[in-house]
Amino acid sequence: MGILKKFVTAATIGVAILASTAAAQAETKRIALVVKALGIGFFEAAAKGAEEAAKELGDVEIIYTGPTDTTAEGQIEVINSLIAQKVDAIAVSANDTDALVPTLKKAMDRGIKVISWDSGVAKEGRQLHLNPSSNPLIGNMIIKLAADNLPDGGDVAVLSATTTSTNQNTWIEEMNKVMGNYPGINVVATVYGDDKADKSYTEAQGLMKAHPNLKAIIAPTSVGIVAAAQAVSDAGKAGEINVTGLGLPSEMAGHIASGASKSFAIWNPIDLGYSATMLAYSLINGAEATPGAEIPMGRMGSLTLNEDTEGAMADPFVYDASNIEAFKDIF
Amino acid sequence: MIQLLKSREAILAAAILVLIGLISTRYSDFAAPSNLINVFNDTSILIMLALGQMVVIVSRCIDLSVASNLALTGMVVATLNMMAPGVPVPVLLLIAVAFGAMLGAINGVLVWKLDLPPIVVTLGTLTIFRGLIFLISNGEWINAHEMTAGFKAFPRYDVFGLSLLSWLAIATIAAFFVLVTRTPLGRAFFAVGGNPHAAVYTGIDVGYTRCLAFIISGAVAGLCGYLWVARYAVAYVDIAGGFELEVVAACVIGGISIAGGIGSVGGAVLGALFLGIVKNALPVVDISPFWQLAISGAAIIIAVAFNARSERKKGRIILKQAERLA
Repeated sequence: MGILKKFVTAATIGVAILASTAAAQAETKRIALVVKALGIGFFEAAAKGAEEAAKELGDVEIIYTGPTDTTAEGQIEVINSLIAQKVDAIAVSANDTDALVPTLKKAMDRGIKVISWDSGVAKEGRQLHLNPSSNPLIGNMIIKLAADNLPDGGDVAVLSATTTSTNQNTWIEEMNKVMGNYPGINVVATVYGDDKADKSYTEAQGLMKAHPNLKAIIAPTSVGIVAAAQAVSDAGKAGEINVTGLGLPSEMAGHIASGASKSFAIWNPIDLGYSATMLAYSLINGAEATPGAEIPMGRMGSLTLNEDTEGAMADPFVYDASNIEAFKDIF
Repeated sequence: MIQLLKSREAILAAAILVLIGLISTRYSDFAAPSNLINVFNDTSILIMLALGQMVVIVSRCIDLSVASNLALTGMVVATLNMMAPGVPVPVLLLIAVAFGAMLGAINGVLVWKLDLPPIVVTLGTLTIFRGLIFLISNGEWINAHEMTAGFKAFPRYDVFGLSLLSWLAIATIAAFFVLVTRTPLGRAFFAVGGNPHAAVYTGIDVGYTRCLAFIISGAVAGLCGYLWVARYAVAYVDIAGGFELEVVAACVIGGISIAGGIGSVGGAVLGALFLGIVKNALPVVDISPFWQLAISGAAIIIAVAFNARSERKKGRIILKQAERLA
């Protein structure tokens, strides 16, 4: 009797487990990718990455959506309708850090998993936040890009945005911390183009005049890198001075072709969309977003969360002559 | 009066020479002819815009929409170039001038027909034009690889050692010199700005004259719109953001009175060159970026102080004459 009872219990549990997994397989998970606004190349590319993740996972349906203009109100409407549709997870790139919190809390109360990516939501409005990269990774990447093309070392200069730009200042600070790893590379000047094409252009000209041995200009800003590349081309120094830093493929394609820039970096939106989807899927399947947790994200490895339940995806992605053609129409 | 203006230009020219001298002590190659040619080329757009602004300010108005006009026209020609790469550059140039003039005419007509204060009208069009750029471009950039080679090469084309951009600036200076000193319209700008009531009695239509000043300023801004976009090989919503203030500053430094009626082509050109030299020199002499702003600002205040003094003199003379008559 005892044995029989045990057997029956085990069998019941077994059947229950089988039934539940069968149900899970039959029911596809619906993950909503909410972007800042529809029609932006960067986010269209992220959606491609999400679809790639969905294909890999098999039982995921991606709902790519967002408002038509970059407003928090528009996103709130979109998220409300997603709550009504009872999606399994929402991955949002927010137009406002705080405005979305009440709506997203409501979503979490209904059991929907909520993560933010790219542009974050305040801690209480999401379970985790996926940063495309981290300040130390970016700081290291911008100097690495310059150093990789200077095997014998040389003088490099930084062309930043404004003197008060928090992002750029942090990246330059992080860059200075790792300078020891790049012997022979001297940062001879840091100038500020104020994120204006004309001022950045003049500053780049000034750098070339004041430092005749300059080998590279590092511009961790998308306006600055384009202006500096143009200034270098106009001075006839394309190929001699390498302009690098952070830029967008569509804006830099011409300057990669002219040789003024050998390579530059920016987060890869495809990887970002892919990782966001993978993370949302992991949460749906029971992963806990607690500080210190490591959550798998497919081919991108895993995301380690810090005390604010934020994590950094990867090094910024490097674009050069070999891949620029593929990306320049994306974003 | 003319003596005074001449002397003020002489002072400014001397100040520029001293400035170049000072810079040379810290960066010896600055005074080299090749470098000065570069500085002039860099300042060309500012010179042209300052000249357009000059006729507006002289007629006791102000055009704050120049930079937005420049950006909108720039975006329009860049979009045209992207959509129809076959359109030759001279045609685009004409379109740019005509389009800019049309935008200027909007300002002019509002000031003329509705008698609105120019600062309010152009502050409004400043934002409207920026908004229109967003509508045309959807906030997207037009990048170097989307423009044709000819489009980008035009301002860089080398003629007798100077770029075509510099030659255009020289031609604009000459045209404005003739306009201001040799044509009735040029004199009318001064009459309207110096004393609008008296101008009416001499048979000058004040509103119409001001409208023409805005159209001229707009046409120049349109031309500069193409040149800017071609030179920096990029067009986006924020190009030349805040540049209108630099243009007004160049005029003020050049001794053009914000109260109207006083100013000269030489003053506008020298004022623009002064700012251009400061802008080009500061990056090479290794001065903290925080000081750069302070130095540009100090130059403006000193120039205004000069102007205020000269204008006070003018007032006294009139009173003395009145006393004598009475």
